[in-house]
Amino acid sequence: MKEGVQVKEGLRVKEPLRVKEQLHVKELLRRNAVPALFLCMCVLGVLISGQNIRYIAQELISRLARNWFLVLSLIIPVTAGLGLNFAIVLGAMAGQVGLIVATHCKLPGLVGLITAVVLSIPIAILLGISAGHVLNKARGREMITSMMLGFFANGLYLLVFLFMVGTVFPIDNPEIVLDTGVGLRGTIELKYCKYALDNLLRIKVLGINIPVGSFAVVIALCFGMRWLYKTKLGQELRAVGQDMGVASVAGINVDRTRVIAMVLSTVLAAIGQVIFLQNMGTINTFNSHQQIGTVAIASLLVGGASVTSATVGQGLIGTLLFQLLFIVSPAAGQRLMGNAQIGEFFRVFIGYGIIAVALLIHSWGRKSSLESASRQAMMKEEAKTTGSM
Amino acid sequence: MDDNWVLQVKDVSKAYGDNPVLNKVNLSLKRGEIHALVGENGAGKSTLMNILFGMPVIHETGGFTGEVWLKGRKSEIKSPKDAMDAGIGMVHQEFMLLPGFSVAENVKLNREPTKPNWFSKVAGPKFETINLHKMGYDTRQALDRIEIGVDEWLPLMGMPVGHRQFIEIAREIDKTDLSLIVLDEPTAVLTETESSRLLSALNKLAGSGIGVLFISHRLDEVFEIADTITVLRDGEVICTVPKHEARVENIAEMMVGRKISNSKATQPGRTTGNGNILEIRNLSVDMPGEYVNGVDLNVRKGEILGIGGLAGHGKLGIANGLMGLCHSAGTVMCDSQEIPLNDSRAALDAGLVFLSEDRRGVGLLLDESIEDNIALASVVSRNKFVKKVGPLPISVEDGKSIREHAREMISLLDIKCTGPQQSVRRLSGGNQQKVCVAKAITMEPEVLLVSEPTRGIDVGAKERVLSVIKRLNAEKGITVVMTSSELAELRSMCDRIAIMYNGKIHGILSPDAPDAEFGFCMAGGGGVPGD
Amino acid sequence: MIDSLKQVLCKFGLPRLTIMLFLVALLVVATINHLPTSMLLGNSLVRIGMNGVMVLAMVPSVQSGAGLNFGLPIGIIAGLIGMLVVMEFRLTGFLGLAIALLVACVLGIAAGYLYGLVLNRVRGQEMMIGTYAGFSIVSGMCMFWLLAPFKNPEMIWVVGGKGLRMTLAVGDSLSGILDRFWGFTLFGVKVPTGLLLVFAVACLLMGVFFKTRLGISMRIAGANPAFAVSCGINVDKMRILGTVLSTALGAMGMVIYCQSLGYVQLYTAPLMMAFPAVAAVLIGGATARKADVLNAVLGTVLFQTLLTIALPVTRSVIEGDISEVAKTIISNGMILYALTRKEGDG
Repeated sequence: MKEGVQVKEGLRVKEPLRVKEQLHVKELLRRNAVPALFLCMCVLGVLISGQNIRYIAQELISRLARNWFLVLSLIIPVTAGLGLNFAIVLGAMAGQVGLIVATHCKLPGLVGLITAVVLSIPIAILLGISAGHVLNKARGREMITSMMLGFFANGLYLLVFLFMVGTVFPIDNPEIVLDTGVGLRGTIELKYCKYALDNLLRIKVLGINIPVGSFAVVIALCFGMRWLYKTKLGQELRAVGQDMGVASVAGINVDRTRVIAMVLSTVLAAIGQVIFLQNMGTINTFNSHQQIGTVAIASLLVGGASVTSATVGQGLIGTLLFQLLFIVSPAAGQRLMGNAQIGEFFRVFIGYGIIAVALLIHSWGRKSSLESASRQAMMKEEAKTTGSM
Repeated sequence: MDDNWVLQVKDVSKAYGDNPVLNKVNLSLKRGEIHALVGENGAGKSTLMNILFGMPVIHETGGFTGEVWLKGRKSEIKSPKDAMDAGIGMVHQEFMLLPGFSVAENVKLNREPTKPNWFSKVAGPKFETINLHKMGYDTRQALDRIEIGVDEWLPLMGMPVGHRQFIEIAREIDKTDLSLIVLDEPTAVLTETESSRLLSALNKLAGSGIGVLFISHRLDEVFEIADTITVLRDGEVICTVPKHEARVENIAEMMVGRKISNSKATQPGRTTGNGNILEIRNLSVDMPGEYVNGVDLNVRKGEILGIGGLAGHGKLGIANGLMGLCHSAGTVMCDSQEIPLNDSRAALDAGLVFLSEDRRGVGLLLDESIEDNIALASVVSRNKFVKKVGPLPISVEDGKSIREHAREMISLLDIKCTGPQQSVRRLSGGNQQKVCVAKAITMEPEVLLVSEPTRGIDVGAKERVLSVIKRLNAEKGITVVMTSSELAELRSMCDRIAIMYNGKIHGILSPDAPDAEFGFCMAGGGGVPGD
Repeated sequence: MIDSLKQVLCKFGLPRLTIMLFLVALLVVATINHLPTSMLLGNSLVRIGMNGVMVLAMVPSVQSGAGLNFGLPIGIIAGLIGMLVVMEFRLTGFLGLAIALLVACVLGIAAGYLYGLVLNRVRGQEMMIGTYAGFSIVSGMCMFWLLAPFKNPEMIWVVGGKGLRMTLAVGDSLSGILDRFWGFTLFGVKVPTGLLLVFAVACLLMGVFFKTRLGISMRIAGANPAFAVSCGINVDKMRILGTVLSTALGAMGMVIYCQSLGYVQLYTAPLMMAFPAVAAVLIGGATARKADVLNAVLGTVLFQTLLTIALPVTRSVIEGDISEVAKTIISNGMILYALTRKEGDG
């Protein structure tokens, strides 16, 4: 029941309202139970960890700068009814390819960064189109399929960059290729375009370093998304997300719209990964992209999003809470259990756990709403038959 | 050519594979006319509508023959878009609305008024901004035309079903050049007051010159609103009459009656003296679309009891409720033993066996072999066809006896197949139904509940299935409760026929009661003779 | 002629054919390059026996309608605990193995029951929920391994004296106990008789089970729930039973796997273990709705042989260990292929 309305929240149009709604305090609490819970956990975590607030703030700021964009790339497929897009891994790969090439060509600073983005976009578009077509063949099983697609693509990625670089692709660059001459190094340092975006404009507030450049890009994306949902395409995305059958009877090309959603998401993820990595400074060639799917999805869910509804606001807040938990949990684990590793495992557990719980709630809720629908229909029928007697 | 005709359907025929569903249908509709199309389920109403609306299902299955003329011109409708462009509006039985969208967004779905911006000039019209003001204004206009005061910016979610129906209509009349609006069972989900509001809105629409094609099997409404009534049965137009010349009983009779030789094989009164094998008291069943609402019914031992009635009045609900397939309440006594409801195990143990109307959904394991379909239900519920594994205390299915039994059944029922191991998915409808019958026989019923045994099967199979049921009744004394929408079939088989109306037994008639009496009873006419 | 050929091809399935051809090609390359074929075959047999039971665990879950068991790690964890208990108490030999299997089985049944209850509430989403339930439990157990009250100094970290190690050797008397049982060498191929025997017995029992009334009820519940209800079968119960069987088999399969491997791998090691098992049964010709013992056997044989032979063969052709990558591509590709096929395709 709540899905549709939630979709609107972050994207509401000022005047005239597209959907009028009244909010009650209880309803507000119920809707925001997940972020509220995580807020409590974060506060507890901060208190227990006993870490310096300034350290936490600095860490948080830089983590937000690198994660926000990626998390936001998940929203479009959710509104288009494709569920949580585990296949943003594909976009991340495209972004990495762009960066690797830029590093190989030794392109410095912003030039390198822009080249990386420009290179990764066509790859991401191609990957997005194929992902969209695959998901169109797996209706009703989009999420598991997008997840398997991510794993599968990862296999191909490994094949290309472990075995084909240096053999099929004659790349001879000791900075990125292993000493044997075949395969990329496990970690590649982004010597040339490290922090290119972050350093564009940095300001210090209360001794905390703020990479304004990265945040500016995120803000631009937020406005871009808002604007997208005011266009015809945005309306179609939302319509397809609610009911493919109705959308197709209304003449909307459902398959195409879903592919567009996947392409947009994949391209955004590619850009997001470039931003992420320039902030990290190194590429974990065979790992960086694998993590982001789970982390980004968990972040979005922590913000209160679900499989069928997600807003920009939820993405922003969720990332904040999740990353905060990430920062404090090792120290909290150390304090509480005398073992920092507990905290590390705990945050991994939270990442997977929140996804499992969100999926559970989604399927559980769907069943009960079906039941209530049929009950209502029966009551209606009864009222009618007794009325006509 | 008189361009007063909004729609002319000329000699339209359509078959799905070998199965003809429409046969030379003719239908004409004037400007401002309300034309009711009535008929039972499977009469071909929805196929005709799909043709008018250019649904892909028609063209994927080989198109149709005949012509459709719109406003005096022959037209080719190849897709729903063509239909919309040609000025045909359709109000679907299931609402084609998005619950998370506001009224205006729904009314204007995929027809949103847009404004170009700098980006759309580069990237294409998909990126034009939606003009919300115009969207709201247009919607308000459409809503006002059918006099409904709902706020155009409210979300659809939580709105009463009645409003949704009006919003569907508003969406259709908002389309420019609408000349014909087709409504499929528009009142099926409405309350009494909502229905009457809808009907008056339709009258207004017709008054403004739009043709209204109104599909229904609720005859009271049809008589309240329609100018002309066309009865469709088995894909053929039985008659088209102006309302003032028509009578409810006649129409009901025409909807269900079939002219076949009235071969009555059951002797009148042969079971009058028998005790009741089933006593049903105050049975209510929650079967969507076929609600049963307080049925009292006695079934005599050894009889064939028919249950008839128009679609949607609950005749299918009884058997599904008794077998525990749909949630039900009330008391049911079988041989003076109460059967707990909502427990299919208990119903089976009491000797009830069900031949479902949903052959492919409930009756069969489509990807399994014929022999498994026939035998497995008995293995599970009757412990038949099992053998011990050596000295071990476990028993497994006995493939040999299953095979033998399947062979017997195949020859008894004349199932056309390549052998007992063929998968039932590839069998024709008739042969699939025979497999279902074989399964039911194998379960050794005391009471056999049969629902729509001949729906969608060919004539030969029909005869075979019915004669086997009759033989079971005559030779083994199995009591049969047969539910069917084919009155003729009921009359040729049954000792008594109960007619359902609005979820209740409206009357119990003798099979040789006149057609008109059946028609009267099905249409809910009071004072029922015959029982 | 061409039509009937096509039909045979369809029935056999394109993926299986491809993999078989690939396998044959690998064997040819192996012989040409004078690789020790008998050793490769011996290794293949071991890997088939090691993984077979876990692949077999997919069968009851699919048959009962709960779909491919992506939540296999739940059973795997139960199996790991079984092994750890035996190792903690330093039980050895067949007694040790039997107790490990028993503990694994009991825990597997308990966990499977709870998991089954959950799956009954989330129809249609079993695969996704299963995957993430598995991931969560594996990562949750990471914390448990750190805190668990195990005392055996061979099992816990040397530094700090607390928490289980990453990889534990199972000890000489347990390691490979089944592999050695009645083991013999034929044409230079070492046959792990005990291991294969256990797999064969498991398959046989499973086959018989699906011929009993209970097994048939489960098959019907999976094939068509509405039909099942009309036969008086409690579909929910059957799905729970299928999940319990699957989880318990997964647990026991893990014990068998560990004894053959000689190590118990903890922490994130079991995270992705469901996927190769799922892929194997799919390679054997199963779908998300239909799977039988034959699919499991055929799939295990094809997949494991392929992986065992691919490693040395590719190593003789190109640098580096391509087998892990091949495993990722094949297993995930196979699952992806199965997911994108239309429902009801044979």
